[in-house]
Amino acid sequence: MDRIDLTGLTVAPDQTWGAVRLVPLLRPVPISDLRLHARLYDPDELSIVDIGHRTAYISYVPHAFVASWTTDDTPAAAYGTQLRDPAASSAPTGIRLAFRRRMARRDDKQRLRFLPLHLATEGYLALQFGGPPIAWQEWTRHAVTRGLSPRVEATYSGTAIPGLDDALRIFEIHPDQCGMVLYVADTLAAAFVVSHPDDYRALHPTLLQDFYGELLFQYAHLYPAVPGFTARLDDTAIASVADLRAQLAQARADWAAFHTVMAGGLLAAERLTFTPVNRMGRFTLSRFLPALDPDTENHIGETITDDTGQLAYLKTFRLSAAQTRRGHLLSQLAAHDWDLDTTATALGTDRQGIALRLDNAGFGHLLRPDIIDACRNRSRKLHNRATRTRPTSREG
Amino acid sequence: MSERVACEDLVMFVNAAIASTAQREFHSRAGAQRMSLGFLHEYVLGNYRDLYAATLALDINHFNAAMVVTNLLRTASTARPEQRALEGRLIAARLRLLPPQRVYSVFRELRRLGINNRRTRAIVRDWVAGRPDPAFDAVKYRRSLSVAARHAHLPLPGEVGTVLFAWRRPKHYETPILEAWRRAHYEQRALYELPYTVAEGLAAQHGIDRTRFLTGIAPKLTDGERLRLQSSAARRKVGVVAMDLATAPLTRLAVYALSLPRPERKRRREELTGALQAAARRATRRQAGTWGRVVAVLDDSYSASGSGVKRRRPLAVALATHYLLEALAAEYTGLWLAHRGDPLLVHPIGATGLGERILDGLERRPERLVIVSDGWDNAPPGEAAEVLRVWRTRLDPHQRTSIVHLNPVYDADTFDVRRLASGVATVGVRDAEDVAALVELARFATGGARLDELRRHLGDRVDRFLTDDSGGQGSP
Repeated sequence: MDRIDLTGLTVAPDQTWGAVRLVPLLRPVPISDLRLHARLYDPDELSIVDIGHRTAYISYVPHAFVASWTTDDTPAAAYGTQLRDPAASSAPTGIRLAFRRRMARRDDKQRLRFLPLHLATEGYLALQFGGPPIAWQEWTRHAVTRGLSPRVEATYSGTAIPGLDDALRIFEIHPDQCGMVLYVADTLAAAFVVSHPDDYRALHPTLLQDFYGELLFQYAHLYPAVPGFTARLDDTAIASVADLRAQLAQARADWAAFHTVMAGGLLAAERLTFTPVNRMGRFTLSRFLPALDPDTENHIGETITDDTGQLAYLKTFRLSAAQTRRGHLLSQLAAHDWDLDTTATALGTDRQGIALRLDNAGFGHLLRPDIIDACRNRSRKLHNRATRTRPTSREG
Repeated sequence: MSERVACEDLVMFVNAAIASTAQREFHSRAGAQRMSLGFLHEYVLGNYRDLYAATLALDINHFNAAMVVTNLLRTASTARPEQRALEGRLIAARLRLLPPQRVYSVFRELRRLGINNRRTRAIVRDWVAGRPDPAFDAVKYRRSLSVAARHAHLPLPGEVGTVLFAWRRPKHYETPILEAWRRAHYEQRALYELPYTVAEGLAAQHGIDRTRFLTGIAPKLTDGERLRLQSSAARRKVGVVAMDLATAPLTRLAVYALSLPRPERKRRREELTGALQAAARRATRRQAGTWGRVVAVLDDSYSASGSGVKRRRPLAVALATHYLLEALAAEYTGLWLAHRGDPLLVHPIGATGLGERILDGLERRPERLVIVSDGWDNAPPGEAAEVLRVWRTRLDPHQRTSIVHLNPVYDADTFDVRRLASGVATVGVRDAEDVAALVELARFATGGARLDELRRHLGDRVDRFLTDDSGGQGSP
């Protein structure tokens, strides 16, 4: 499996509010033996998630999803949204540290608790986390012994994106809706799919608690409104009510095709790398990483698929351009065993170029100080010479 | 050209003044509604003062009527003498129609704005003099009456003045209700002789159990209070509050019916349907059965759930319109977007796919098509407009079907109720009872009619309004 397949889901017309466009995904035949519900955590606490031997993932985690499934294909009822009583523990106010054991953890024999999106983000952060496998002389001791620890990425919570709360509040959920695709200023922000309409209805508000990339935050600020796509019917071809009906059906079909074009960055991405995280009955929870090509949209995320490959759950996060660049750089380094010269050749630059790119991406501390300083000096000199030779208005 | 603009502006204003109450709606917040409505009032008042005053004769809602009255009195100096005379009569007539608490709030607003000329004082004086029982007002609208009296220098008869301004002095009142009010501060039994709103506060002070209080106060409840307390009384098993639903107005009844959980609606189906149908027949009066073949497309999408302050209002208007049209039409079909079966069980859910439903309606070739919707057509967006356009241009060029769109929601951004299509008349609606009158107004909404026609229409309405009012005053 190397791509996201929305078979079984149909696209309904979009609903817009300001810069936000929400495209509902309907599932005529719901999957009834996998149910999801949200578990909300205290909004003030910071979570530390233990993900392996002496490695931890620290983040603000507002909620977790709980997946329950049945083995004999009988429908399961959702537990509904469960609120944790913050008054139950006599903890002091302020940021509390909550310890969560692992990203995806069995709560019960047939229930799995996992932290949505954090699962995918952790996968992205852990990208080449170990640092250089060969102790090339350019890398610092710190890089060789500790790797990239700690790696940090910042995102915006849904509540920070202007207009998203209103858009989610006034959105009219379809009776058989199982997911939605979220666009901000007509760029694909996120996709969200669950197995059953009832779950969707319960989890719809959690979209506000998810986190979103920098790009979407900026776009939502910059663009006041997106246009509505109204299909214009060709009235010369209509002579009867039946003709009109046919045209309406045609417009609806066109819309679905058009949507596929709009979501191209996610759906047409051919080189997604899926990593299975957990198996639950006939379902598999996995996370995926894109090819990290800086020229295209890159989405990370997680899926639950059943044994036939049908998508039961999907949540994606769009990486910002800087995040894509960082991921691209790391994967290129890893592909060439962290050898600076061969990587530079592969990227079409020289040793100084790659050192500066590493520095700009925030990985400068991994290179030996004398190397990185020499590169910085040389680039500054080049820059100064370039600006001096250029005639400026003051001199003229 | 300017006439056409004037015509459109006025229809826009009337739509807003009927539909909006400056409260939060499903799509826009209260602040946006208030600001938008305030601007619209200023604009129409500044440009078409005589038409602005004439809207008092139309079925605009209480909130906007109060606002028009305040604005007219606030800017009286810019009016010509003969304008002022007509405005005075319109204001007096409208104030007599408004519920007293609304009028008192107008007076308070006048005081806040510092408007206290001779004419304003005369209007306040005449209105207060026209109240049937000043002592009752002194108890129920205690604070408001005292504000009005002080502001307009009103002489208040005998003990009414005492109870408002020197209530510490007397040991005893001659007027029964004032005496009851005095005693109720010390004695629980006297409480039940007072109006409900006054007694409620005193009962809380005395710590009277709610069930006992409701049982005791039941005879004093007004119709509105009775309807509002229905479910609370049912929960506490206070049978005496239960009312005969047959007297409630149609839209209020629809709001009440929708406030009940669906199993209860199912259980009381006969009773509720009967009450709604009776209310609809009462509202139609002589017009019943005169509308011919009618099809209604009624919006029960999620946005019809309204807002926290106007809970299910758009849906209630649609439900009330359903029963009203049933009574008006000779042959009626009501089409809901998602709901099938008994309209009483309707529930706001799903997206608004108006286009195909409108086509379903038009396919039956009715004489009239009535659409009740908030105008947000989103599945797919703009489909209703396309269907209506193609229908007009290709399938029904001779306009044998007349189409009206009734919109219960004011759109703050466009200063109007949201339209479905350019060729279709859209009018604001607040109470389904007014539908017949609104459809009359709808012909001005398409831009086809001229300003002098509209002026004549308004003039007629003003004349009728003023003669009705003086007739009403003469009768005991």
